[in-house]
Amino acid sequence: MPVHDKETVLEAHAANPAVASLLAADPAIISNAKFDRNELTLTIARESIVAAAQIVQNSGYNFLEDVTCVDWYPSEPRFQVTYHIVSHSLKHRIRLCVLVESSDPVVDSITAVWPSANFYEREVFDLFGVRISGHPNLRRIMMPDEWEGHPLRKDYPVEGYR
Amino acid sequence: MAILHEPVPSVEEVIADAARHNAANPAQDRTMVLNMGPQHPSTHGVLRLVLEIDGEAVVSCAPDIGYLHTGIEKTCEAKFYQQVVPMTDRIDYLSPMSNNLCYCLAVEKLLELEIPERAQYLRVLLNELTRLNSHLVWLGTHAMDIGALTVFLYCFREREKILRIFENVAGQRMMTSYFRVGGLSMEPPLDFYDQVRAFLKEMPEKIDEYVNLLSGNPIWVNRTKGVGYLKPEDAIALGVTGPPLRASGVDWDLRRDMPYSGYEKFDFKVPISTDGDVWARYIIRMEEMRESVKICLQALDGLPEGPIKANAPKIVLPDREQMKTQMESLIHHFKIVTEGFNVPAGQVYQAIESPRGEMGYFVVSDGTSKPYRVHMRNPSYATLQALETMCKGRLLADVVAIIGSIDIVLGEIDR
Repeated sequence: MPVHDKETVLEAHAANPAVASLLAADPAIISNAKFDRNELTLTIARESIVAAAQIVQNSGYNFLEDVTCVDWYPSEPRFQVTYHIVSHSLKHRIRLCVLVESSDPVVDSITAVWPSANFYEREVFDLFGVRISGHPNLRRIMMPDEWEGHPLRKDYPVEGYR
Repeated sequence: MAILHEPVPSVEEVIADAARHNAANPAQDRTMVLNMGPQHPSTHGVLRLVLEIDGEAVVSCAPDIGYLHTGIEKTCEAKFYQQVVPMTDRIDYLSPMSNNLCYCLAVEKLLELEIPERAQYLRVLLNELTRLNSHLVWLGTHAMDIGALTVFLYCFREREKILRIFENVAGQRMMTSYFRVGGLSMEPPLDFYDQVRAFLKEMPEKIDEYVNLLSGNPIWVNRTKGVGYLKPEDAIALGVTGPPLRASGVDWDLRRDMPYSGYEKFDFKVPISTDGDVWARYIIRMEEMRESVKICLQALDGLPEGPIKANAPKIVLPDREQMKTQMESLIHHFKIVTEGFNVPAGQVYQAIESPRGEMGYFVVSDGTSKPYRVHMRNPSYATLQALETMCKGRLLADVVAIIGSIDIVLGEIDR
């Protein structure tokens, strides 16, 4: 059964090193938590994602697998930037989410924590239009440089003339 | 903590870097910018590299991708869940079954569907054949890049046999689309098992044959040993997975460490090397091929009897016979084909060990019959970021060897 209640999830996973060290650093850093289909999702406050990534990395989750985004148009906050991180020693995966409003779609880059986020964050910028502040090379990666619009947004037309 | 590694430079940075070097030494023309690709035979597709070279030595290098971007992730959002399966073949055209499996596992996780053991075994068997298939193409083209043309012909001889097996079982040689959400599309034909056994019987000695052609060859050894070194810390920091990661000494294989589709029932070794060079990646992949043969044999020997589809009439298409004789099945068939099936809302990430490394599917459902979002985490995409680290300071000719050794497929990088 999916558990969506923050307190219950955090209590059940209090022994998880990532959860423990995030709570020890700042209890307000986790704004929401979810446990669904055996996957732990932590929603992180937007301004603290770099700090959270650093804490999670120090707690043993050493490998960043993926950075991507989901567009929840027309509801707000619209963008859900999602990070999948796995621990080689614990053999466990954790998902961090950052919710971003469409009025100011900016999220901090985690390339300083994991350099591998570079291409993924460029992809999020290119296809969703979420700006990544502090990224070393924020350019389009898939679409041509002069392209207008961000194709993976839900309000991007899939047919007809542009 | 300090930055482990400098980020991958952009094309503009490489060009600016060359200009800076030349301005520092106006008397002599020190470095030049060389454009390699996108139409270059040894970039394995449409990869464009912008290289700054000093004589023959690579000073910096920037990959430029996106030439094969077809928007598969966007297309998936307009399809029913079952219609996405054929799209996944086209992402990584050398390992279609791995993509099929990863997508099906992700959707099955969303549906919380139990897959019969027979289907799991057949999936494992076909996935390991896919690994052999993919590694054979890698070995052939990698050797050809370095100048050993003969190996290519030998590899494609065996690959043809695997493609015949795929054609027999799925009706298609490359774009198999054989897996379904909830199992397999149909029972394999009767002669399939003998065909696979005959192939597996001769495969180990064929691998010996390739090793014979290459491992003792002084040109091959000199072109690969000590070339393209990647430290384990760099490999992890840059997101490298699969054989290149294991060649750098990181003992991580999702088949063993986070098993899926019944891999925990199989007995196999995970080859590791600490050399971290092109040679180590070659050895790792050759060993993996031997292990794949063993897994295939175990899957054939232990293949249980039973159904090949989950018992979920509202999700899995009924058999043709049933559909023609039972009203209920006909209704289900009609409903699934015209309306699809609803998937409970949620988000899942499913990762498998594809021939190239960690392949992950992030599937988001909003409760309807079409996926809200499908994202593919492809191994080549991340591994490409490590190219600069491996090429820096090496000769231009080594770049070709290194690209071959990380085994990239541009179809899955650009999607």
